[in-house]
Amino acid sequence: MVKSTITFGPQHPVFPEPIQFILKVVDEKVVLAEPQIGYVHRGIEKAFELNDPKDNIFLAERICGICPAPHTTAYVRGVESLMGIEAPPRAKYIRTIMNELNRIHSHILWAGLLGDAIGFESYFMQTWNYREKVLDAIEKISGHRVTYAMNAIGGVRRDMTNEQLRGLEKTMDYVESSLENIEDVMKDYTIKKRTQGIGILTEEEARRDGAVGPTARASGISQDLRTSGYDAYGDLKFEPVVVNNCDSYGRFAVRWQELKQSIDLIRQCIVKMPSGEILTKSNNPMNGEAISRVEAPRGELFYYIKGNGSKKLERVKVRTPTFANIIPTVTMLSKGCQVADVSVIVLSMDPCISCTER
Amino acid sequence: MPGMLKIIFGNLFKKRATRLYPFEKRAPFENARGSMDFAHMENCIFCNLCAKNCPPKAITVDRANKRNALDPLRCIQCGVCAEACPKKVIEMRGQYNEPCYAKRTHVAAQVVKCAQTPPEQK
Ligand code: SF4
Ligand code: SF4
Repeated sequence: MVKSTITFGPQHPVFPEPIQFILKVVDEKVVLAEPQIGYVHRGIEKAFELNDPKDNIFLAERICGICPAPHTTAYVRGVESLMGIEAPPRAKYIRTIMNELNRIHSHILWAGLLGDAIGFESYFMQTWNYREKVLDAIEKISGHRVTYAMNAIGGVRRDMTNEQLRGLEKTMDYVESSLENIEDVMKDYTIKKRTQGIGILTEEEARRDGAVGPTARASGISQDLRTSGYDAYGDLKFEPVVVNNCDSYGRFAVRWQELKQSIDLIRQCIVKMPSGEILTKSNNPMNGEAISRVEAPRGELFYYIKGNGSKKLERVKVRTPTFANIIPTVTMLSKGCQVADVSVIVLSMDPCISCTER
Repeated sequence: MPGMLKIIFGNLFKKRATRLYPFEKRAPFENARGSMDFAHMENCIFCNLCAKNCPPKAITVDRANKRNALDPLRCIQCGVCAEACPKKVIEMRGQYNEPCYAKRTHVAAQVVKCAQTPPEQK
């Protein structure tokens, strides 16, 4: 058999971000895939060591343009545990709301991109239209649609008024009804044809390769860091969404149900929102090491922070969920998929390369 | 088919879904952090707190010449300066900055209002 090599990416019409896969192909079947990353490395981890710790929040926010809320939450939670302080309850609820809004917009964005990869452009247009309303809600709360700048060390920077909470409730109603409008897409024959049985990742493989987030949950692994109860998640009622499809369709289904779950979580937060302070001020020295993990839309986000008692941090290490999901993707690709399905498989794990390479 | 016709005719007579952007701008939301402005420069005491707290160091406070300068392309519209200023000199405006053609000239032109002496013409 003649093996040929196809380089897929880094600039590819269906890839929103630069990642390259070097595919070894026999006929139309992929037999081996090699990922190449490193196209958008910016040296942010080093910059963490040079800046003031409170300025680093804005740097952490800029690691990823899609999930600024989980990045800043993980960073400030790490620094807070180094300082030995805790955010007040109201701040925790506001953080949770921002994280869930972030998840909603990220999952809708992903659904649109998947439609685009399949060739379903009008789906892309509709989903992004609905996402726009979520971004508007975020802007009304935080003042900016992409970089929220809500988190501060010891709490949040902006409080939410009652009108804002009512407005958010209305937005959630709107998003819920609009998602119902396009829910039938999941039952569509063509969508099923392009996703069911494509990009299989069994539970065993997902465990072996260390898959995280919706990619793992679609393979039947019930792993969701929110169940550990950080921030306000301990007070909220929810179960991790797990399906056993183990294919691209399963990953679609997990994210679709998580959208509804996030809407529900935000509603619970609005009802249970405590009153009181939003910021704990502290000048404690940062000494020692801290690990902080949060559930980002793509999976587990990990921050390691080390302080040496001085004004600056000694080391900040970030491991993003996409980095953990690259190896599972290689496993999915190397099982002999068609070249035409490569884009769907890679997109089904929701790659975010700019945060992977920092 | 009838459903499709309904959508087609509905769309024919519906309002436009998009905006003709540079001519028609959406009104900014309340509290939006579009751009930063030294709005009440007459109150400024040149304490340097804004410049010290600004994460990307976009502000320079020139106490001798009594003027503050902002590099708008460094500014990330975080609003920290507005929180830090003891005299409430700085305000966050809702409207975003206009796009610009050249970095340098735009930066020089943004050397902002001053308290007493007018800035030299650049
Ligand atoms: S913090 Fe306010 S008063 Fe102080 S220099 Fe800046 S603008 Fe002027
Ligand atoms: S808004 Fe933020 S980045 Fe811009 S000048 Fe103020 S502190 Fe600096």
